[in-house]
Amino acid sequence: MSDHTSTAETTARVIATPVAERAIHELVAARGKLMFFQSGGCCDGSLPICFDLGEFLLNDRDVLLGHVGGCPFYIDHRQFEAWKHTQLILDVSPGLPEGFSLPAGDTGHFVTNARLYCPEQTPDLGAATE
Amino acid sequence: MTLTADLVEIEVQPTVRSKVYTPPGQAGSVVTVKARYDNFIGGRWVPPVGGRYMPNISPVNGKVFCEVAKSTAEDVELALDAAHAAKDAWGATSLPERAAVLNRIADAIEANLEMLAVAESWENGKPVRETLAADLPLAVDHFRYFAGATRSLEGRSTEIDKDTVAYHFHEPLGVVGQIIPFNFPLLMAAWKIAPALAAGNCTVLKPASPTPWSILKFAEVIEHIVPAGVINIVTGPGGEIGKALASSPRIAKIGFTGETVTGRLIMQYAAQNLIPSTVELGGKSPNIFFDDVMAADDDFLDKAIEGLVLYAFNKGEVCTCPSRALIQESIYDRFMERCLTRIAAIKQGNPLDVSTMVGAQNSAQQLEKIESYVKIGREEGAKCLIGGERATVEADVADGYYFQPTVLQGNNRMRVFQEEIFGPVLAVTTFKDEADAIAIANDTLYGLGAGVWTRDGSRAYRMGRAIKAGRVWTNCYHLYPAGAAFGGYKISGVGRENHQMMLEHYSQTKNLLVSYSPKPLGFF
Repeated sequence: MSDHTSTAETTARVIATPVAERAIHELVAARGKLMFFQSGGCCDGSLPICFDLGEFLLNDRDVLLGHVGGCPFYIDHRQFEAWKHTQLILDVSPGLPEGFSLPAGDTGHFVTNARLYCPEQTPDLGAATE
Repeated sequence: MTLTADLVEIEVQPTVRSKVYTPPGQAGSVVTVKARYDNFIGGRWVPPVGGRYMPNISPVNGKVFCEVAKSTAEDVELALDAAHAAKDAWGATSLPERAAVLNRIADAIEANLEMLAVAESWENGKPVRETLAADLPLAVDHFRYFAGATRSLEGRSTEIDKDTVAYHFHEPLGVVGQIIPFNFPLLMAAWKIAPALAAGNCTVLKPASPTPWSILKFAEVIEHIVPAGVINIVTGPGGEIGKALASSPRIAKIGFTGETVTGRLIMQYAAQNLIPSTVELGGKSPNIFFDDVMAADDDFLDKAIEGLVLYAFNKGEVCTCPSRALIQESIYDRFMERCLTRIAAIKQGNPLDVSTMVGAQNSAQQLEKIESYVKIGREEGAKCLIGGERATVEADVADGYYFQPTVLQGNNRMRVFQEEIFGPVLAVTTFKDEADAIAIANDTLYGLGAGVWTRDGSRAYRMGRAIKAGRVWTNCYHLYPAGAAFGGYKISGVGRENHQMMLEHYSQTKNLLVSYSPKPLGFF
């Protein structure tokens, strides 16, 4: 990916790798709609937690970062303040999730990697609150 | 050298510094391993209803060493059945008998301390010198503390007027659900089980998915000591059985230690069933060093240097990891030089070697996460002062999950200063004066722990009161004695552990309001 072009791909707050997209589509086909909520570190390893849509109750200040594979991806508004200068990239790693997340396929778990926005990209980022 | 707690009084002797324990399951090991483990329900070993098992990996060498039950919601129901069958008898057990059972659990752990310490080290990756000197002795002490606390359980009465008395009794909640993390598999279990039992409750406990086995070794040790159904342990994936337990209408309380968003989920389940919860969640604890720590080159300075290096305790997999060091700028260069020398001398490798100071991260997932944070830190402009890479270790454990003790120098706005990395990664920055130190210390979402190091008692007191965290270690760090309340401010949790006030958290209050007057009220 080019880090210095101002396409939707490079300025979106959250994007998914093709492997993650495929895992989401398979999960949606098996269970129905999903949602993601970014965890805060600690034992859950800063992983995105994947729930059946509606399983996790949102509050009025949770921030909708965008959609991955058609599913909404949220983060706590306070955590967003610390994370907003980075783009989140949803991916899949081996090993079943250690926390409450649904797995990615039979043997994997979702992860969020991060990429720093370039200074010229940051102003393009509009408010993402829902 | 005393490792963690004065009260523990177990020391790593120089004479045993070369000892390496044989891996569990191998000939000559102090720990036996079965190929497969079932759930511990109703005092028996019960196969999972679905008949499925999951591999359990040792992070020491990255290899599967046994299988444990991959339970489903049906197994949680079986455990709840057993707990409900036991709750009336256990709830009616006299305080002396209850205390005796807790003391017998403590004695059994103590009698098997070395075996359990090696088992926990093997499953978690933490150095055996920590499990021998801290995790297990603290677990023993925890059960004894609550055995004593239960004997002191007193209700209160109030004479409302000369003929009317309000009596208050503690009554058990009944059956509680408890979910614990992977970082202290046995001590976290002790923190949860001891107060629940002391208050007369039965428990269904779910260990963390990566560390289900050492708690089952604990169950083997206590299975004939504790009445059947009082302690039940169900292993399996968090998303399935964690949810089944936490959202069950058959529990009267949920206790959880873990990550903050999951804590919110747990509280959501509790709200939907109108039951209480206590949640101990994440942290990003500041560890603050004032210039006067270098006023002399003495034992206190040595202690303060070790106090900074304690970020690597349990490879940083601690909710209260002192992962943000704030150092007064006038001593920064000299103090960090001493600290970096100490960090460079850390011995990392096979956790079963009693001389090892930093072992293996708990899982490949944790290792990858730590790497990704160091990458983010570097992108944000943090300077890596030491470490920053996976560690190279002995050939026989080379496939384990080892990361070098790392220090990143930067500022408090960086993500590596704001997020809990859960690895041996220290973020270090400077401050000008007391007000600056307080501002940086409190500029975090979390409020679990903090450390303050100074020779000035008045300043230590002011700082301790100004920092918004549940515990401020003052001229010490990482001590966890029973009797010192532990829990979070801000998004680090709700409730306290480690103190007799836990008996209130695990009890109902029954009020009998009694009139001794023969006279009617006169209304009708």
